[in-house]
Amino acid sequence: MSVLEVKDLKKSFGKTEVLKGVSFTLDEGEVLSIIGSSGSGKTTILRCINQLEIPNSGYISVGGEIFFDGTAEKENAKQRRMKQRLVGLVFQDFHLFPQYNVHDNLTLAAKLLAKEREDYKENKKNIIADIEAKADELLKKVGLSEKKDSYPCQLSGGQKQRVSIARALMLEPKVLFFDEPTSALDPELTGEILKVIKSLADENMTMVIVTHEMSFAKAVSTKVIFMDDGVIAEEGTPEDVFDNPKSERTKAFISKFED
Amino acid sequence: MVTVAEVFRALFEGFVVSVEIFALTLLFAIPLGLVISFGSMSKFKPLKYVVKFFIWVIRGTPLMLQLIVIFYGPGLIATWAVNTGSTNPLVMWLATWTVMERFTAVIISFVINYACYFSEIFRGGIESIPKGQYEAGQVLGMTKTQVFFKVVLLQVVKNIIPPMSNEIITLVKDTSLARVISVYELIWAGQAFIKSDGLLWPLMTTAIFYLAFSGLLTFVFGKIEKKLDYYKN
Repeated sequence: MSVLEVKDLKKSFGKTEVLKGVSFTLDEGEVLSIIGSSGSGKTTILRCINQLEIPNSGYISVGGEIFFDGTAEKENAKQRRMKQRLVGLVFQDFHLFPQYNVHDNLTLAAKLLAKEREDYKENKKNIIADIEAKADELLKKVGLSEKKDSYPCQLSGGQKQRVSIARALMLEPKVLFFDEPTSALDPELTGEILKVIKSLADENMTMVIVTHEMSFAKAVSTKVIFMDDGVIAEEGTPEDVFDNPKSERTKAFISKFED
Repeated sequence: MVTVAEVFRALFEGFVVSVEIFALTLLFAIPLGLVISFGSMSKFKPLKYVVKFFIWVIRGTPLMLQLIVIFYGPGLIATWAVNTGSTNPLVMWLATWTVMERFTAVIISFVINYACYFSEIFRGGIESIPKGQYEAGQVLGMTKTQVFFKVVLLQVVKNIIPPMSNEIITLVKDTSLARVISVYELIWAGQAFIKSDGLLWPLMTTAIFYLAFSGLLTFVFGKIEKKLDYYKN
């Protein structure tokens, strides 16, 4: 059973058609890398799934919940928010909350969501303690326990991105999305991010990674999609796409990354 | 002969009124400014343009003139209503403001004027927050209200402290405009000694009060800025 299903997804900005019908599915524990040149629609796919953009047509479901099916039926804001918890998004530019320390960046949203629980009043102490413990555990996982009380402005780019990964994991998403997670970092800092993603893959986290790190995509993914001009030009295992590309566009793109 | 103590007592009385104008203006102009800034950023175009037009009128005319319009305007309307026998409810309502206290007229004019200036500072502060902050909140399942109050607001506050302190210190001195509709305040208190005793120094001495007050405000804003220094936007 697929945890993520995208069917014939289309999205235009004004007259520019960015996605011209994209379909793919992802099973639990799979890691999908989406590669392709700038403007090919990679990021727009993530933004549509994460409800930051409303698609023009198509179908999206995550963990059996329909995120979008093209009908005009308007969901209320609360329904959208509840679905949002099934997906997590790590941004290229981190977007940490500058006025909160690392620990509070992780717990803020979880604490606010907990207030909507029916048993919040009776179990307030336990719920808060659970959230704090979880934040500590995730910070340990990304190797930043000692930075718990630091503010984002005191962290390096790589550390910021690791915090933002931990923050996205706080709500236990079924699928975690990465939008070029290393593109805003100095080359020597990308390694620490890739290490974290690799460890998540080892724990069978379902992930979708938009990336320009070809060798990493090849190493970590179970599936690769090459996007070209709003459509999937090639799709398959890393070996298929990187070593035996069928389309000319894929061949040309991949060869640019090989020295 | 008036004594120095008498002069200072009179100046202090005037100063108290100036501080009242200052405090009441801030109290009402800040929330109203926030409302106006939301109006000026509204996606509903007619509202946006009406608000922008209003801001243009208020910022484009002297506060002194606005004081005169607010205080004497209703009287003009009342006269006009009596002369024409108008029964238009809006005209009748405006005419009832004829008996408005002078001090009330000062507060209304100052609040409207400063709310418009504040609204533009708020708008600048809100628009300077990167879209990513809203998106990060949204993908973490926060409501729009939560994103505004828990994520955006403090960053806006940090951004607008310098322009706000500028505007608020201007307000200290603008309180002296109240005397154009005969509200007794600090400058008036000083000026009175020219007529009554032929003394110019009491008027000049008012500067001490303005300087002390704006000095205190500068100190307070410095403290706030320092307090928010623990992070960078």
